[in-house]
Amino acid sequence: MEIPKDLKYAKTHEWVRVEGDVAYIGISDYAQEELGDIVYVEMPSPDDSYEKGEEVATVESVKAASAIYTPVAGTVKEINPDLEGTPELINQKPYEAFIFAIRFSEAAGSAELKELLDAEAYEKQVEQEKDSH
Amino acid sequence: MIAYLPHTDEDIEAMLDVIGVARIDQLFADIPQELILKDPLEIPTGLPEHEVYRRMKSLAGSNQVQNVSFLGCGSYDHIIPAVVSHILSRSEFYTSYTPYQAEMSQGFLQAIFEFQTMICELTGLEVANASLYDGHTAASEAAVLSLNSVRRSDTLLYSSTLHPFTRQVLRTHFSNLPVHLEEIPSLNGTTDLEVLSARLRPGVAGVILQSPNYLGYVEDLSGLAEKLHDNGSLLILSTNPLSLGVLKPAGEWGADIGIGDTQPLGLPSYFGGPSVGYITATGKLLRKMPGRIAGQSRDQEGKRAFLLTLQAREQHIKRERATSNICSNQALAALATTVYLATLGRQGIREIADQNTQKAHYLYGRLVKETPAKPLFDRPFFNEFPIMLPNKAADVLPRMEEKGFFAGVDLHRLDPTIPNGALAIAVTEKRTCGEMEAFVEALKEVLR
Repeated sequence: MEIPKDLKYAKTHEWVRVEGDVAYIGISDYAQEELGDIVYVEMPSPDDSYEKGEEVATVESVKAASAIYTPVAGTVKEINPDLEGTPELINQKPYEAFIFAIRFSEAAGSAELKELLDAEAYEKQVEQEKDSH
Repeated sequence: MIAYLPHTDEDIEAMLDVIGVARIDQLFADIPQELILKDPLEIPTGLPEHEVYRRMKSLAGSNQVQNVSFLGCGSYDHIIPAVVSHILSRSEFYTSYTPYQAEMSQGFLQAIFEFQTMICELTGLEVANASLYDGHTAASEAAVLSLNSVRRSDTLLYSSTLHPFTRQVLRTHFSNLPVHLEEIPSLNGTTDLEVLSARLRPGVAGVILQSPNYLGYVEDLSGLAEKLHDNGSLLILSTNPLSLGVLKPAGEWGADIGIGDTQPLGLPSYFGGPSVGYITATGKLLRKMPGRIAGQSRDQEGKRAFLLTLQAREQHIKRERATSNICSNQALAALATTVYLATLGRQGIREIADQNTQKAHYLYGRLVKETPAKPLFDRPFFNEFPIMLPNKAADVLPRMEEKGFFAGVDLHRLDPTIPNGALAIAVTEKRTCGEMEAFVEALKEVLR
């Protein structure tokens, strides 16, 4: 199971890559494996605004439907158009297949993004969850 | 009387033993004592079979089956071809429930798939589900669908020309939810579109209209969908599906969701049910559709096969985040509609809708000309219309019944805001010239 060091993670298993004032958000290797074969991603509309922790997208697999939350408040800058036709990209390359990108304000960014986990802390959380299975 | 329990005392003991409980009543220990029934139910003892038959026959004898019906307002007296009940009486269909196991239920799944296809073709929309309980619950499901599809919405507008039962069901469904329901008044028998436009604002998820509305009048929906879409709201259109043989369907009006009740398509009125609700929508709303959806696929050998599909929407997968808790459908009643539609075909539906229109307009013309009854409003209608009687409908109806007619629905009884004396009269393809002639004469006499 892969947990790249250069990314941040949310407790709800999203990964976050920050580029300037934009956060790219996808789901972790562990999350995609838990979900199984992903068949559909329900996307937000570009320019819609969201609060921190709000549900932005839904990932559907053959056995579950899971909400994807934004760890930072802002507006949808873009969605990943490739996922419409090939949602399995999330299974194949979870850290390349971002789901949506959020443009955040300076204030929101400095406060909210700090709460995210680094790779080491996230790995610990995943190990704990595996144990409790 | 014998208790019809499938388990023997030994079975029960063995099961209790496994779960470690001494007596069955210990399973109900969590139920407060005062709620537990102490004595046996007070119901009469059993009757021998032949006495049951005698009693049922005598009860059935009090039905007025010979009366000629002009009743409508949601439930109509149409001709139902014999093939419908013939197919329905096949035990493969009437003994099976909602088909959970695709491999076991190919026949029923195919029937549901065809039902969905026909509903889409009729309404001009892209996706339909396996059916809902009736047209009224279809309205609340459509309302939920719109609230779930329009972000940050909490308000639903509906016309006062929606069937009073639909309005009741909506109010009940949302009574304890943080959703605002607003009723749009009517003007001369149809929705007041100026008031409707004025009420559009951010937060409005959708607007529910019915056309023909419950008075029978056709609503003018020109440009309405565009107006709603500009506001980010959805148009939900409830329609008698038979009227689509002559009237423009939801899809062509730009509606996002089409709903209604398929009773006019192959189902008798019974005593008000069972009926079938249909819901159909644009492809955009597919992932938020309520209820079961049958799909067509291929099996391992590449042969055509049917299954329940897109189940990630449903509560057994999506749990508390599911957008609806409907997990059943009206399978057998929906099959009646499917067989009815397949029997009639495109041309047949058009012909029947045409006959309904012509006969209703013929009777309307004669009543207005030859009796003291006046039109409630002067509006286009399909197969039912309201007239104003010079007396209370409640006085006229029993006298018409004595003459062999169910003359219509007392609208004041359904909706107290409608003036006393308003009578809704429905005329289907089943009514003959002779029946209508006799009806006019009878009403003349009663109103004399």
